[in-house]
Amino acid sequence: MSTKIIQHDINLEPFMSKSPDFNRKSILMQTERSFKSEIINIITLTALEKLFHIRISDHFERENFSFLPGQFVMLHLPGCGEVPISISSSVSNKEYIELCIRKVGKVTGMIHRLEPGAIVGIRGPFGTHFPVQKMTGCDVLLIAGGLGIAPLRSPIYWINEHRSKYRDISIMYGARDPDQVLFDYQFEEWKKIYGLKLLTIVQNAGKNWKGRVGLITDLFKEITIDPENTFAIVCGPPVMFKFVCAHLSDVGIPRHRMFVSLERRMHCGMGKCCRCNVGSTFTCLDGPIFDYWTVMNLKEAI
Amino acid sequence: MKIIRINKENWADGLEKLKRSYRLFGPVKDNNLHVFKELDKGELPDCSYFNTRLSPKSIIYPQSEIMLEYELDESKEDHHILKEIDTDYSPRAVIGIRPCDAAAFLLVKRNFDTPEYKDPYWIKSYEATTFVGLACNNPQTTCFCTSAGSGPFYEKGLDLLLVDIGDYYFAKIITLKGENFLEAAGWDTEADGNAEEQIKTMKQKAEAKIISSIATDKLKDKTTTDLFDAPFWEEVAFACINCGACTYVCPTCWCFDIQDEVNGYSGIRMRNWDSCMFPLFTLHGSGHNPRSTNMQRFRQRFMHKLKYYVDKYNDGIQCVGCGRCTRLCPANIDIRKVCNLMNGYSA
Repeated sequence: MSTKIIQHDINLEPFMSKSPDFNRKSILMQTERSFKSEIINIITLTALEKLFHIRISDHFERENFSFLPGQFVMLHLPGCGEVPISISSSVSNKEYIELCIRKVGKVTGMIHRLEPGAIVGIRGPFGTHFPVQKMTGCDVLLIAGGLGIAPLRSPIYWINEHRSKYRDISIMYGARDPDQVLFDYQFEEWKKIYGLKLLTIVQNAGKNWKGRVGLITDLFKEITIDPENTFAIVCGPPVMFKFVCAHLSDVGIPRHRMFVSLERRMHCGMGKCCRCNVGSTFTCLDGPIFDYWTVMNLKEAI
Repeated sequence: MKIIRINKENWADGLEKLKRSYRLFGPVKDNNLHVFKELDKGELPDCSYFNTRLSPKSIIYPQSEIMLEYELDESKEDHHILKEIDTDYSPRAVIGIRPCDAAAFLLVKRNFDTPEYKDPYWIKSYEATTFVGLACNNPQTTCFCTSAGSGPFYEKGLDLLLVDIGDYYFAKIITLKGENFLEAAGWDTEADGNAEEQIKTMKQKAEAKIISSIATDKLKDKTTTDLFDAPFWEEVAFACINCGACTYVCPTCWCFDIQDEVNGYSGIRMRNWDSCMFPLFTLHGSGHNPRSTNMQRFRQRFMHKLKYYVDKYNDGIQCVGCGRCTRLCPANIDIRKVCNLMNGYSA
C-alpha cells in the first residue's frame, strides 16, 4: 500500500551527522558514546581508596578526549553499572586519566576488585569546571576535606603547569584519621612548587602523626588572605562547606569567587534522568562546580 | 483547517486499513480499567472511555526500555562494548488519546530534546508517532486542564482531533501527519460547513463542565527560597506515604533510573521509570541523602512541577491538569490545593 507517510528521519538531524568518534556500531548513539578503556595501573592509597589510571584504547579517541579541571566522567563497568567520578589528573596528560575511587557501593566495590588490564567504559567529560583561567593574577586557596582532594588534584596540576599566571597558592587539606590522608606521597613534590603553601591537619591523631591536629578551619589561623584578590576552591563533605565558606565570607572573599564541587547521585550525566537536580539546576549540566553565591540561593544544595 | 466526517460504520474498516501502515495503539478495557495497548487484528479502541488509569506516556517512553546491549564473553571479538539494539521505530498511531495527555508530551519534550543532548530513544519514538486525539465531551470533577494550560479540545501536541458527535466523528486535521493518517484510512468525506461551528459549541459545553481550577499566575514571580521554606509543606505532606503512585500515573513525569542487567555472558543496559518519592532516588554512596525525609521528597515533586519547571522554561507549569494524581492518591493529596497554596503564598 502506498501512503505518503512522511516520517522524520532522525539520522538527518545535524547532531547525528558528526563523525562517530566513539566505539559504538552506529551513529545513533552520539549522545550515549562511551570510550572503550583499559585500566593500566592501580595505586592503593588507603584501605578504602584506590587511584586508577585509565587509558582510552583507541588512539584517535584518546587524542581527542579533553577536559577541564573539575569535570567528571561516567565510569562504566559492563554488567555492573555506572558511576560518576571526578577526574583527578592533569589536563595535559593525554596518555591516561586518573580516577580516585572510594569503595562505597556495588559498582565501586566491583571496581576495587579489578586488576590492571580490565576493560571499562568512559563517558564524558561532563559538567562545569573550575574557572582556572579567570583566576589568573590572583591568590588561589584550595581547600579539601577527605576525598575532596581528588577533584582538586586537577586544578593543582593546572596551576603547577601555569605557575607564572598565579600569585600565592595555598592548599589546605584535612582528613579524619592519619591513615585516611590521600596522596601524601605527593606532598613533598607539591611543597617544592614555587610559592605554594601546603597545610595538612587531621581530626584524630594517632601515635605516628606528627602534624597538626584539629579541624580544617583551624588552618585559617596560619594563613593570611587578601580578600580582594583571592579565589577559593572548596571540596569536601557537605558539613565542611558550611563552615569553610562561612569563614571565607567573614574574611571578605566575595561569594562568587568561592567555588565548590557538589556531589549528587547521577545516572545519565545529560540532565535527563532528573535525580541530580538542585532547585531548577542539574548538577550534571550546571554543576558539579558551582560558585558559592549560586549555592546559597539553591536550597538543599549542601 | 479541513474537517473530515467519519461515519462510525466506516470506523472499523478504516482502522483495519490503517493497521497495514501503522502500529495502532488505543484504549482497551482490561480488568475493568482502561489501558493503552497495541490493537490486535480486529480489535477496536474503546472510545467510550473517560481516561486511562495509567497515562499513555509508555507508548513513547516505556516503563522499562532496553537502551544498549553487550557481551561479556571475552572470546567474542567485541566483548564489553555497548551496542545499539534493534528497536521498532516504525510508524505508529495512538487513537483516542485525550488532548491533555497529548499536550503532556510537549512538556516532556523540553527535557528529552535539548540543544546539548538529544535523547535518541525518546525522540525517535515521538517522531514515529501520530497522535489522534479524542476530544473530551465529559470531563470529570478532578479535571482542571483549562487552568493548567491545556483543555478538553486542546489541539497542540495532536496531529488529528476526533470529536464524537454520536453516529459519526468529526476529524479536524491539525498537521500533515494527521492528513496522511486519514488518507491511509481512506476517510475522505469532507464535513459540511456547520462542522466548525458545531465543534465550537461542543467545546464550550465541555469547558463549562470543568468546575475546578488552579491559579498559577503568581508562581513565576515568587522567590524560590521563600516557597521552599514555606510553613505549609509540613502540613500538606503529612499524609503522604511516598508511594510514588502520582509519579507513575503522571503523563508529565519523566525521571528514570539506569540499570545494567546480566544474564550469563550477555547483558543489557536498561532504563526504568523512577520516582522522586523514593529515598533511594537521591541516596549518595556515602550514605548522605540530600532529600532524606518524606516532606523533602514531597516538596521536591511539587516544587519541580510548579516552580523549577516554570523558572527553567518560562512557559507554564509541568502539569496538564489530567487529575490522575488527585484521583489515585491513597492519601487524598490534591495538586490543586498545593498549587493554590503555593500561588497564594507570601513570605
